[in-house]
Amino acid sequence: MLEIRNIVKQYANHRALDDVSIQVEKGSIFGLLGPNGAGKTSLIRIINQITAPDSGEIYFDGERLNPSHIGRIGYLPEERGLYKKMEIGEQMLYLAQLKGLSRKEATERIKHWFEKMEMQSWWHKKVEDLSKGMQQKVQFVATVVHRPDLIILDEPFSGFDPVNVNIIKEEILSLNRSGATLIFSTHRMESVEELCDSIVLINKSKKILDGKLSDIKNVYRTNTYRIAHLPSPEPLLAVDGLFTIEDQVGTPEESTTLTVKIAQGKTINDVLMYLIPRVQIHELKEIIPSIHDIFVQQVTVQASYPLLKHTNEQDITHH
Amino acid sequence: MNKILLIIKREYLSRVKKRSFLLVTFLVPLVIIGIYALTIYLTARSFENNKATVHVVDQSGLFAGKIESTKNITFIPVKTAENTADERAHMLDGEGKNFLLIIPPDITTSSHAELIAKETASLTIQGDISRQLENVLRDIAFANAGIDRATVENIRPEVTISAKEITDEGEKDSSAGAAMGIAMSLSIVVYICLFLYGSQVMRGVIEEKNSRIVEVIISSVKPFQLMMGKIVGIGLVGLTQFILWIILSTTLVGVASAGLVDGEDIKTQIEQQQALSNGETQLAKPQMGMFGTVKQELNKVDFQAIITTFLLYFFGGYLLYSALFAAVGSAVDSETETQQFMFPITIPLLFTYILSFGVLVNDPNGPLAFWLSMIPFTSPIAMLVRIPFGVPGWQIGLSLLLLIGGFIFTTWVAARIYRVGILMYGKKASYKELVKWLRYKN
Repeated sequence: MLEIRNIVKQYANHRALDDVSIQVEKGSIFGLLGPNGAGKTSLIRIINQITAPDSGEIYFDGERLNPSHIGRIGYLPEERGLYKKMEIGEQMLYLAQLKGLSRKEATERIKHWFEKMEMQSWWHKKVEDLSKGMQQKVQFVATVVHRPDLIILDEPFSGFDPVNVNIIKEEILSLNRSGATLIFSTHRMESVEELCDSIVLINKSKKILDGKLSDIKNVYRTNTYRIAHLPSPEPLLAVDGLFTIEDQVGTPEESTTLTVKIAQGKTINDVLMYLIPRVQIHELKEIIPSIHDIFVQQVTVQASYPLLKHTNEQDITHH
Repeated sequence: MNKILLIIKREYLSRVKKRSFLLVTFLVPLVIIGIYALTIYLTARSFENNKATVHVVDQSGLFAGKIESTKNITFIPVKTAENTADERAHMLDGEGKNFLLIIPPDITTSSHAELIAKETASLTIQGDISRQLENVLRDIAFANAGIDRATVENIRPEVTISAKEITDEGEKDSSAGAAMGIAMSLSIVVYICLFLYGSQVMRGVIEEKNSRIVEVIISSVKPFQLMMGKIVGIGLVGLTQFILWIILSTTLVGVASAGLVDGEDIKTQIEQQQALSNGETQLAKPQMGMFGTVKQELNKVDFQAIITTFLLYFFGGYLLYSALFAAVGSAVDSETETQQFMFPITIPLLFTYILSFGVLVNDPNGPLAFWLSMIPFTSPIAMLVRIPFGVPGWQIGLSLLLLIGGFIFTTWVAARIYRVGILMYGKKASYKELVKWLRYKN
């Protein structure tokens, strides 16, 4: 759907994007992650053709990205807003027509969406008369009303109550089912886990991680399991070459939950064979790092990287 | 192109539909009418107020039967014998305005008389009385010198100067007075309107930037299209307002002068005043009257040319300056921050505006006037000041070409600042940054 190749964007004092390449599969929900100031907004603006990159290309559905694609992209910016004094209905018509819909077509679709979201009575209201959540809903409809093939959502859930978050989530999934590709930028890692098929992590203008969510999680598996059991008659201790104990609830004598890290070359079955004669197990679960953990780990590692490099060099000179 | 039309339409309709637009559009002509009606009313009143009764105490004995009562002033001769302090006071107590004119015995040498009243007499009354006295004294002097008054009045050579300009079409009447008046009003109107509509553009840009809707819109259209759509849309609002003002004002003035007051009455009164103020020539020949003079002067002015050039220069100047206003709006976060950028925009306009009163109207074809009417930043005002005095066609053509060039230049600069500025939130730009933005690649 979208192929981003070696994008570089240079501002006067800093490089916002440094040789970033990303592939977004058709029909996927793609998470664009990164700490504040990493370059996400710059990238989104380039995809929306609001700004142009200094070098690199973008291909949209196999074609070089050009103004004819504008009508096929829907964009919900993080900093959002509408004309305060303009009637909602007129405003939606205006925005939809700017995306290339005819007035008649736009009217039909907006009415349809308003019914779906129970907003019919808002048509003649002004934006300033709506609550913030209501405004966000209007803005969401404005983003998708022209049935874009690619929908870019920057923090789509901010400002919504839990009920509305679910409504919007449902709409996102249903748009996705009907064929739309979504790029989804957020700091809420739990919604990334819930919605995204693939992610990319950008930090300090560079791509540091990308791929399918499941693949990434696989790579970051630490071979750690949590085992819940009844109190054991004898103390449970680490076994060299088999597992180490990361965490233990209770004392070694009266433990109930054990978090173990399995030694290299061994499997969970080996650990179970050791434990089963000693204790009664009633739950076993692999601890898979959350996207949250991966994000924090990757970003902090990168932050301390220059320091590490420095010490390494010192080591080399000493030897 | 279709999208730019959508933007123009929105900018235009959202402003024209506003209650404040309707209010201003209808109130301004009403205010003009109000001022017009008030002027007529006050003029009429001032004639009534000048009615007075003057009791003449002629101690010289030279004026008996020679002072004639006029429409406004009634002269009543008083016998010198009755002239006691009590009686004087009594005379001043009468109804209306009462004056006591004391003409001393040595009036021929002293040329001095006294006018006594409870309130000081208006200048018009004083003037009327002194003119009457002068006429009598002059007649006496003529008689003493043995000159026949009728002969003197017959020998009255009249030379009228009619100012003509030599143009390609031959000689043509020119009218410095009316031209000057029109020139000054044009410079005021253009100066005010450039700021009025320019700052509307600026406010519109700030509103879009502040409400953040700009990011949604420029994901659909180019920043340049949004900027131009806004500028053209608001420009059309300005033109609509002008046209409505002209139509409404002329209709209302027409109705008002027909209905409110009898126009003819005022005219004769004014003519009379004119005649009186010209004192000694009043007998010589019929006066044209002020209205007539003004009318004749105005007839010499080519209104069609003035209105055409006014619209051209207003729109050209508006496009040139509003692009700069848009750039300023994009560089700030709120209206209070615009001050530092407004300064360089205001200076050329203010400079020409001030000069137009002092220098340009007095020397409309001098080198300063010529250059100011060529430079695109000053020509919208300077050229309009010169137009009523007549400007060669090639100069107008050249100046308009330069104005179009200037407009293209400012739009180019403004668009480059605008496209970066509208996406810079929460940060006030400095001049240094603006220059940097100019150099950014698209």
